[in-house]
Amino acid sequence: MSMPFYVAPEQVMKDRADYARKGIARGRSLAAAAYAGGILICAENPSTTLRKVSEIYDRIAFAGVGKYNEFDQLRIAGVRHADLKGYSFSREDVEARSLANQYAQILGQIFTHEMKPLEVEILVAEVGATTEGDQLFYIQYDGTVMDKSNFLALGGEAEAITERLGETWQPGMGLDGVMQVVVKALGGPERALEPGDLEVAVLDRGAARRCFRRLDDDEVARLLAG
Amino acid sequence: MNLPLYPPGDDPGPDFVALVRRAGLAPPVPAAPVDQQLQITHGTTVVAIRFADGVVMAGDRRATSGNFISHRAIEKVFPADRHSGVAIAGAAGPAMEMVKLFQLQLEHYEKVEGAEISLEGKANQLGGMVRDHLPAAMQGLAVVPLFAGFDLRRGAGRLFQYDVTGGRYEESNFSATGSGSLHASTVVKLGFREGLARGEAIDLALRALWEAADEDSATGGPDAIRGIYPVIATITAEGFTRVDDSEISERFQAIIGALAAREAEGAGRIPETSSDLGGGPR
Repeated sequence: MSMPFYVAPEQVMKDRADYARKGIARGRSLAAAAYAGGILICAENPSTTLRKVSEIYDRIAFAGVGKYNEFDQLRIAGVRHADLKGYSFSREDVEARSLANQYAQILGQIFTHEMKPLEVEILVAEVGATTEGDQLFYIQYDGTVMDKSNFLALGGEAEAITERLGETWQPGMGLDGVMQVVVKALGGPERALEPGDLEVAVLDRGAARRCFRRLDDDEVARLLAG
Repeated sequence: MNLPLYPPGDDPGPDFVALVRRAGLAPPVPAAPVDQQLQITHGTTVVAIRFADGVVMAGDRRATSGNFISHRAIEKVFPADRHSGVAIAGAAGPAMEMVKLFQLQLEHYEKVEGAEISLEGKANQLGGMVRDHLPAAMQGLAVVPLFAGFDLRRGAGRLFQYDVTGGRYEESNFSATGSGSLHASTVVKLGFREGLARGEAIDLALRALWEAADEDSATGGPDAIRGIYPVIATITAEGFTRVDDSEISERFQAIIGALAAREAEGAGRIPETSSDLGGGPR
């Protein structure tokens, strides 16, 4: 008679976490930072068609790192959640906080109950009417949520990037300034990233309704040159 | 509200209307004729005219419930997205709902797919919505929209009209719908020529609405006292732009001036319809 092996719950969780972390660390990182006119989201992504950063709603953007199909499915669910909520309530009632909580619920649920955790980390950003209203939510593979209002990084090298941003990021920077520090932080001391390696978008505080805007390579190059 | 996640084989895709249905938010279809028991609010005359740079869309501001004017300032011309607009006539409530759903359909597709629908595709989508609305139209809630846009692939303005069954007909030069549309489209037909300038097209639309209001009680004319003027928008390569009320007011003054001068020439023929029965000594 075969006996099922006893595996301590701590071990199960640890194995799953290691698995998810390994998957996430395989991809490139991304960073988001607030500036005077909104929020900049910058991902290291040589593809121009498979997006890591995208629009959710008028003032809300989404970014994901890790396994593309998994975070893209979450992105679409987020667009659906936001559009349905805006349709049945009002556009003003759609907010990043509730969406971040929904993501956390789903990721937490899958992490504890499914065989395989999702190998993703997610950013939900909302640009406020003023800099004080800016919100950045960081949701991890196990459903842990953190919120920041200045900057944060996602992905395998998140810690190092956050540290570098901590040294260089200043409140009230312009778009060119913040772009330079974010790209420098993403690349680290050894690598200099080119506009072609990056996927860049902003949530522009001043826009009439839909604040999300992608920046093309020329614009990125211009901003990096100062 | 939950996060709407669907298994891959059962996913509604980028279709917001299907998603609304799945979420149980679609409105019920009335089981019996509605307009016999209740006064339904109707919106009326809208026109669209192609000009050199794109399309002008215009709509009067009146909503009526039977004999009553239920609203003096409703809007019937809306942006559908950056490069297209939709104008509505028919039962006001379902029409507004259709516009809202159509706007969301286009935006939702764009966000989910990361690309815009072609102008042709947008026109077809609206046709599908009108067709789906047919059961409600049968109960007296008909909605008949106009759709116009600037086709970025062709570099030209295009316009589409619909019938209640969802039939979609592309018009080459102009179109009108609503109770005053017969009068309005006659005016546009006489005044239309290829390559109208922006100002000429706006004036033509204003004149069309003026004549429609003159002949049709459900179409509202300009209201200078309250400052209520038709909603007019131009759709060009730069996108959907609403024409400022001050500009419309000025253009109306000019039209009224011209019309008043014409009336003055024939002074003395008032009342317009005289008869032997009234006035004068016997």
